[in-house]
Amino acid sequence: MKYKVTHTTTYEYSETVPLCQNEARLAPRNLPGQVCRYHRLVIRPEPASLGRRIDYFGNTVHFFSIHAGHRRLSVTSISKLDLERPAPPLVSPAWESVRESLGRDRSLPGLDAYQFCFDSPHAAGGEALAEYAGASFLPGRPIIEAAAELNRRIHADFTYDTTATTVSTPLEEVFRKRRGVCQDLAHVALGCLRSLGLSARYVSGYLRTHPLGQQPQLVGADASHAWIAVYCGPAGWVDFDPTNNVEVVGEDHITVAWGRDYGDVCPINGTYIGGGQHNVNVAVTVAPLE
Amino acid sequence: MTASVTDISPGVGGLAGGYAPLAGIYDEMFDAGAPRPHCRGLLAGLEKIGPGELARRWEQAQRLIRDNGMTYSPLGDPDRATRPWDLDGLPLVIAAEEWRTVTAGLAQRARLLNAVLDDLYSSQRLLQRGLLPAEFLFAHPGFLRPIHGQRISGGCHLQLYAADLARSADGRWWVVADRSESPLGAGYALENRIVIARMLPGVIRECHVQRLAGFFIALRETLQNLAPQHRENPRIVILSKGPRSPSYFEDAYLARYLGYTLVETGDLAVRNDRVLLKTLGGLLQVDVIVRRLGSGQCDPLELRGDPALGVPGLLQAARSGNVVVANALGSGLVESAALMAFLPGLCRELLGEELLLPSVATWWCGQEEGRRWVVEHLDGLAVRAAYRRDRQPQISSEVLESMSRDELAAAIQARPWEYVGQERVDRSTAPIRAQGTWQAARIALRAFAVASGASYKVLPGGLVRVANESAPLDVSILAGQGSKDAWVLADGPVEQVSLLKPGGQAVELRRSGAELPSRVADNLLWLGRYVERAEAAARILRTVLVRLSGESHSDVLDDPAGLLRAMAAQGLIEPGFVVEGIRQQMPAVDQVLPAAVLDERQASSLRATLAALYRAASVVRDRISIDSWRIIVRIDRDVEWPEGRTADPADLLALINPLVIDLAAFSGLVAESTTRTQGWRFLEIGRRLERAMNTISLVRHALLSEAAPSAAVLDAVLETADSQMTYRSRYLATLELAPVLDLLLTDETNPRSLAYQLVALCDHVEHLPRDRTQALRGAEQRLAMRALNSIRMVDEAMLGGRPGGEDHVQLDRLLQRLAEQLPKLSELIAHKYLVHAGVPRQLAEYRAEGDG
Repeated sequence: MKYKVTHTTTYEYSETVPLCQNEARLAPRNLPGQVCRYHRLVIRPEPASLGRRIDYFGNTVHFFSIHAGHRRLSVTSISKLDLERPAPPLVSPAWESVRESLGRDRSLPGLDAYQFCFDSPHAAGGEALAEYAGASFLPGRPIIEAAAELNRRIHADFTYDTTATTVSTPLEEVFRKRRGVCQDLAHVALGCLRSLGLSARYVSGYLRTHPLGQQPQLVGADASHAWIAVYCGPAGWVDFDPTNNVEVVGEDHITVAWGRDYGDVCPINGTYIGGGQHNVNVAVTVAPLE
Repeated sequence: MTASVTDISPGVGGLAGGYAPLAGIYDEMFDAGAPRPHCRGLLAGLEKIGPGELARRWEQAQRLIRDNGMTYSPLGDPDRATRPWDLDGLPLVIAAEEWRTVTAGLAQRARLLNAVLDDLYSSQRLLQRGLLPAEFLFAHPGFLRPIHGQRISGGCHLQLYAADLARSADGRWWVVADRSESPLGAGYALENRIVIARMLPGVIRECHVQRLAGFFIALRETLQNLAPQHRENPRIVILSKGPRSPSYFEDAYLARYLGYTLVETGDLAVRNDRVLLKTLGGLLQVDVIVRRLGSGQCDPLELRGDPALGVPGLLQAARSGNVVVANALGSGLVESAALMAFLPGLCRELLGEELLLPSVATWWCGQEEGRRWVVEHLDGLAVRAAYRRDRQPQISSEVLESMSRDELAAAIQARPWEYVGQERVDRSTAPIRAQGTWQAARIALRAFAVASGASYKVLPGGLVRVANESAPLDVSILAGQGSKDAWVLADGPVEQVSLLKPGGQAVELRRSGAELPSRVADNLLWLGRYVERAEAAARILRTVLVRLSGESHSDVLDDPAGLLRAMAAQGLIEPGFVVEGIRQQMPAVDQVLPAAVLDERQASSLRATLAALYRAASVVRDRISIDSWRIIVRIDRDVEWPEGRTADPADLLALINPLVIDLAAFSGLVAESTTRTQGWRFLEIGRRLERAMNTISLVRHALLSEAAPSAAVLDAVLETADSQMTYRSRYLATLELAPVLDLLLTDETNPRSLAYQLVALCDHVEHLPRDRTQALRGAEQRLAMRALNSIRMVDEAMLGGRPGGEDHVQLDRLLQRLAEQLPKLSELIAHKYLVHAGVPRQLAEYRAEGDG
């Protein structure tokens, strides 16, 4: 499948902003089954400086600053991708054996997987989460099967609700309320898996937008989306989307960046001076290319 | 543990008479009742001085500490109860031979920690080779991933390193804590030395005590060599957390001692990956930043700290090599107790050496064996936070000490990687002077190393902390315990080194000091205003109090159009006092004067103004001379009165008289001992603006309202405006309104007159930095000139008019206009020179699934 993704973020301020400095993680990663053939960032007003680097997790980061006074900032990321995701393996080892292997393997990929076992600012484990997850992670169960069931349960038990939480709502509160948006559900899943000693990371990206009426619309289209990937030992990393109850097998999910949690992969963050009140507008289209 | 008192042996006589070290504990000065050989010189020296003289010198030293405002938290306490530095007069003496071992150990440790940092922030081979468990790094809250891979000039992360040392009963030194983020205390150690050297100059020379200056010279060389450009004359700044942080005294002290500009994050801005210092003259590039705040607080853009605290973009500027941060960002990673458990192995692998200076035995609970050991030995071990981030332990030692065995076991079980168990060191003691006798106190030594070439140079000395009881001495260095100077002896006489003459290089002559950050100029301006405001309040209060306590009582104070009106305008008393009809229902004036002087909660009271003055001065203390600072400290203490005790006018006068003199002394120092830099100009602008406004207010309220003022009022106004002498010398005793008005408003030779202030303001504004190619004058110049011209246009008719008549109404209108223009002038100056930028804010993070 070939896609063109257009992601525009617009900030509007009630007063002039004389200076802002920003970081963007908007360029899709390359990974097995996903090739980003083209990426361009259009920033208005024109930035005084624009640079690019690769972060600790291998994501592309653009950083830019604007020195001209402005009351409107727009950042548009345009990418074209080829997507052909390999199907995840049908068999996977028992989850306990994956847990035992983590930390023993000191190779670079082994260490890379191990680091996602640990608590991060937005996604820390805990007793309540461990208990919740335990119902799916029965002794000896293959890890993909167990993770898929956890994913199903989160989807069933949690209500998608854009008003229940904010960026700074703690994970315990999301868990208690059983409500939140996709990034909250991803953090719940991460907390569950890390509580069991398993390795899981946060993935930010996009969902394919289906023309209305043709196919059931997936929640999270027309915006940036988030889900998780679980390390499954020899079976590698397998993606799950708790918001939509999908084990990511198809070609609807486009990966942009990953990290320990939202804080590592926030699409745009920045600091500015002045500005008064501001509001943010996001528009995403994911169009299949013939 | 229990300590019994040993017999006083004959060796511990003389001054130390009755000193009783604790049994079974190593004492730094006495061994089996006799002085240790390396302490004999000190003891002999003290004997020679004799107890009486020693006590006198000690008094002097205490005064020096007080006058220097040496505190460990100048504004840390919300109630301003600043505690002076508690320095003991008996230094800790360390033998030359022993220090050589410590030095080698410290230098090695610094190299080792540097190598560990270099690995963890780049290839992480230590993890791949299993020399350090990966979970140590992955669970570390201070592992700042955006810093990974940054370019480190010369591979040196740690320019400054410190270790807390404790000596056990067998006489061995142990490292109980490493400090790598931004070690505090070297400045305090230096200040301790300066105080003690002044107290015991002969003894310090005869004992061949090694000097500390060499260490600071090395520090300065190292920092200078870090500069990516401008190697000859790099701009180096000390980045402080500001006057509210506990380390501010030391930040300011080091800045002054090393000759660097003291800045706060608001003084710095990043443009095009360069760090710029906002100064009056514009933006100047910074080459090296000595950082005194935690790594995680340095860059809100990438590290997500408090946006008001950090410098957005600093990390990218450091990454691109345009600025060097010392210690390197992220260096706090290795000051965590968990690492101590692995240092011996790391030392063998990374340096090919055995670890010379052992750490106190440490087990990290993040690994199975360590956890089991700690949980099984909870009674004998101290449980501590395994990690520190931004100079803070994750869980404080006090909290951990207060937890029961079961609580600790449960906490460790829940989050094992957050804890270590450490053996407790039964620390050595040293005598301290207390209530005229010598008593045994536990000590800890913070030692310092500075990078120098490929290795490290160790400070021959350190900061000794003292605790009177055997409680664990591992709380913060600034927690307010006592301290001692540390004397490291040399093998022979000690050469004189001074920081002022680095290696015979010719110093380039310059006419201005370090650049003036806009924020500092702003504070200097306010300092000038508060000093003047305090003086105006003190003078008018004194004038009234003198009349309340003397014979000339009634006539001035009964006149509501007189001084009371002026006092009400200054906010010293309620406006009701001058409103006919209300006034009769108010308490007598002498009932409210104590509050006008003493009540800090009353916004415009003298005490409140003095508090504001002290705060403004603390913020710029690196910019004012030591003598000026001493006067500020005195001014702050002048007006203090025990809560609850009533003060009569005579008591208040006794407080205000010395205050007026101290305020004058401060002004004298500013006039005579301050170079005419831009900083001085801003202080002066503040003073002149405030004095002009106060004079206008005094004249309008006391002299120009309603009926003709009485001779008594004229006299009181002259006294308040410090112009009595001038008046008498000109007009003898005939008190008339017109000459008083001339003297206070239009006489450009009277430094108290309005015209004098406006002339001075015009001159200062003229000399502020500006673009000289501009053809026309700036708005602030025009406004200052317009104000001066309008007062110069005042004619005799206006001054000599009938009280209440048309001429006086005109004069009053003119003064009212000026009273409106002066604040505008202040604003124009602030906008042009002081407000360079607002506080940075963070963009609202929009969420994934942001259409809600």
